[in-house]
Amino acid sequence: MSDTSCDVVIVGAGIVGSACACECAHEGLRVAVIDQDAAPGGATSAAMGHIVVMDDSEAQFALTRYSQVLWYKLRSELPADAEYDQCGTIWVASDEEEMTEARRKAANYGRGGVPAQLLTTADLERLEPKLRKGMAGGLLVPQDSVLYPPAAARFLLERAREKGARLHLGRPVEKMGRGRVQLADGSEFSAAVIVNAAGTWAPALTVGVNVTKRKGHLLITDRHPGFLRHELVELGYLKSVASFTSDSVAFNIQPRKTGQLLIGSSRQFGADTKEVDHAVLRAMLARAQQYMPELGRTSAIRVWTGFRAATPDKLPLIGPSVEDSTIYLATGHEGLGITTSLATAKLMVDQLTGRNPEIPAAPYLPSRTVSLENAHA
Amino acid sequence: MTSAAKTEVDTLVVGGGPAGMWAALSAAECGMRVAVADDNPEMGGQVWRAELAKTAPEVAGLIQKLREAGVQLLAGTQVVDQVAPGVLLAEGDGGASYLGFGKLILATGAREQFLPFPGWTLPRVIGAGGLQALVKSGLPVRGKRLVLAGTGPLLLAVAAYLRAHGAEIAMICEQASRSALASFGAALLRQPEKLLQALSLRKALTGIPLALNCWVVAAHGTVAVEGIDIWHEGKVKRIACEYLACGFHLVPNTELATLLGCRLVNGYVEVDEFQRTSRPGIFCAGEPTGIGGLELSVVEGKVAGLAAAGREKAARKFFRRRRMLGAFARAMDRTFALRPELKNLVEAETIVCRCEDVSYAQLEREVSWRMAKLMTRCGMGPCQGRICGPVTKFLLGWSPDSVRPPLFPVTVGTLAHSFSGCNVDDNQER
Ligand SMILES: Cc1cc2nc3c(=O)[nH]c(=O)nc-3n(C[C@H](O)[C@H](O)[C@H](O)COP(=O)(O)OP(=O)(O)OC[C@H]3O[C@@H](n4cnc5c(N)ncnc54)[C@H](O)[C@@H]3O)c2cc1C
Ligand SMILES: Cc1cc2nc3c(=O)[nH]c(=O)nc-3n(C[C@H](O)[C@H](O)[C@H](O)COP(=O)(O)OP(=O)(O)OC[C@H]3O[C@@H](n4cnc5c(N)ncnc54)[C@H](O)[C@@H]3O)c2cc1C
Repeated sequence: MSDTSCDVVIVGAGIVGSACACECAHEGLRVAVIDQDAAPGGATSAAMGHIVVMDDSEAQFALTRYSQVLWYKLRSELPADAEYDQCGTIWVASDEEEMTEARRKAANYGRGGVPAQLLTTADLERLEPKLRKGMAGGLLVPQDSVLYPPAAARFLLERAREKGARLHLGRPVEKMGRGRVQLADGSEFSAAVIVNAAGTWAPALTVGVNVTKRKGHLLITDRHPGFLRHELVELGYLKSVASFTSDSVAFNIQPRKTGQLLIGSSRQFGADTKEVDHAVLRAMLARAQQYMPELGRTSAIRVWTGFRAATPDKLPLIGPSVEDSTIYLATGHEGLGITTSLATAKLMVDQLTGRNPEIPAAPYLPSRTVSLENAHA
Repeated sequence: MTSAAKTEVDTLVVGGGPAGMWAALSAAECGMRVAVADDNPEMGGQVWRAELAKTAPEVAGLIQKLREAGVQLLAGTQVVDQVAPGVLLAEGDGGASYLGFGKLILATGAREQFLPFPGWTLPRVIGAGGLQALVKSGLPVRGKRLVLAGTGPLLLAVAAYLRAHGAEIAMICEQASRSALASFGAALLRQPEKLLQALSLRKALTGIPLALNCWVVAAHGTVAVEGIDIWHEGKVKRIACEYLACGFHLVPNTELATLLGCRLVNGYVEVDEFQRTSRPGIFCAGEPTGIGGLELSVVEGKVAGLAAAGREKAARKFFRRRRMLGAFARAMDRTFALRPELKNLVEAETIVCRCEDVSYAQLEREVSWRMAKLMTRCGMGPCQGRICGPVTKFLLGWSPDSVRPPLFPVTVGTLAHSFSGCNVDDNQER
């Protein structure tokens, strides 16, 4: 039984599971990582890789800032193919209303110790000349960065392996609970702790996980070096992602080290198939062209979709599940799991080892949703 | 958002080669409203490619007939995506357009198979069919010394063509063995018209050394190829040349069929006796169903066109001939199957994916095409794996995964064109 009994079994080798594996192995725990796929097949292989501080809530701000710093510290160890690039984010304000939001954000980031600089119309035109002229301004967050998620995830997983974690890839888990994990091939693992890091699949493995799929579209262009320098996000974004139920598109564009441009973004609920939805794609691209008219002439190479694991309060689930104390959840990262994977892993290990976390862990505990539902009832 | 032009027909044909043109004519003669879309500036496909903007003589008469039958010829129109059931998105010189159809006939032809070897990325190392196409559009080869290497009858056809345009053919290197060719020769004898073609080619090629069991192992040069090493009769020989034209047989263009959900078997689009694919209302003819050459493409096109028009009985008349030509195609596949030694030409640092500069060593570490795409970006460049996909299939046994739109690089503007009302909550309208 020596091969199949360990301290922690992590189900899911996306970026969240990989980060958890790396952190657990580093702690000296005996770790097994199981994934149904040989390659990261979930959201991690479809994501944009924007490492970004967000402040929709205080808890979101704490988690993303903690992660942003962790990625920065890791940067020199990341392999070249992870393409880490601290290009910074510019939140683009198209009008005065959005500029007010930029100012609020600037003040908030300042209070939290995150460097951020307000930009005037002229600043914006100088920094990103391809933006439509006459925008109200923006907010530059220079410590945000971009990376290539599949390569970053693989790096974390490889690290975990070097530190003794055992990888079992291409092996679907059928069920788990009470310290046991049963695979589709009939084999079984036992462990004190089982981490459900199965992303959008998490509810299939643990009852009571309130995570739904939020579909997104992305488009990558051919190489257009110099077209763009920062990751640009429209400030109207907040207004469009805030609503939990309606489909929306927003302008979001990322420069890749290769000179390619990654264009997003869309959010759809209740869309279950991975086929490109052309109405959504058209709306998303039309939106992008409103901000950068010359995008219309760039050459699109590929469009794809992915699914984010969304929770009602837009915060991930990190910690013991309510139903089964041997199961820890690490899912529900929605559109920020690339960023927050590193902090998730830290918080997870702190809980397993009883250490004091660097940021309060309570806002992400799965038990909160139960109390939240009770409060609403 | 601006609205794009829209064409509406009963039967839409994608691909204006022999299969597509005959499919269109057959359907139109049954009274269908038909359009043919092809991404080249002129109709004709690969064999009947226009020369210096002059329509090939074989095509001129056919085009005349197509016009008389009222077929819309949409040259310079590349189909890139399906945006709704029965509506394809295309891009051309005039911008974006939508093509609406009742029945669809896929006649997208084939492309050349490439194989990597040290030096294959040097300038003037080029596909045989590609070089022919360049010469047709005006590249001079008079007095140039060149070698053709690879496999299959296309090498001979291209050699004859290039010689007629003044090139000096130093050698033709055919990887197939003498015994494989001997049994193919026997099959040829049962097909009088193929035999005649072969004989006339032979005449056109007199005096040119044709080496069997022979393949290129490396190309050398500084700014462009200056010479190549070939493996022949157990030895490596150096030959000087200014062009190396390679052709390792053909790969079917099945991307559109795959995008539309048509079933593939062994890499070819599966069709029934009426050229119907697994998707209702979608037919396929010509090279995507099997590499069978000009005549088979024509016959399949006729069957598909008649079947799309509901004339099954008329279509049946071609079944016998199609069977005979199909047997020939299978013999060709056997004869010119790539020998395993060709897998060993590539070295660790040889570039396999030319768009993304991915070396063989990088790929060897990966377990599958999907993993390689994800981790090395192999096949993720502008050609979208059309070259390196078949290469890794041969070298590493990988099979390609799903096809993602757009099928070809297309402007963001084209993808953003509206075709019906869009029901997504765009921030602008909040
Ligand atoms: C379009 C899009 C853009 C995004 N952009 C960004 C961005 O810019 N920045 C950012 O920070 N985040 C972004 N995200 C979010 C980010 O991608 C996700 O939050 C993150 O990848 C989640 O990682 P994960 O490991 O939890 O899940 P996944 O990557 O989905 O991994 C889950 C793994 O679990 C495995 N699994 C599931 N069920 C089983 C089972 N039964 N047995 C075995 N294995 C199983 C799956 O195979 C999979 O590998 C984006 C997401 C999308 C869709
Ligand atoms: C490079 C090359 C050169 C060749 N030269 C010769 C030769 O000299 N002699 C000979 O006997 N045989 C030659 N062949 C073999 C030849 O392809 C076949 O014998 C015959 O042309 C097949 O006819 P077809 O109609 O099936 O396909 P094709 O003639 O290949 O026609 C298919 C057409 O569809 C177009 N197409 C594909 N996808 C799309 C899309 N998404 N949107 C719009 N248009 C599209 C292609 O550009 C092409 O014009 C050549 C093949 C190749 C690949």
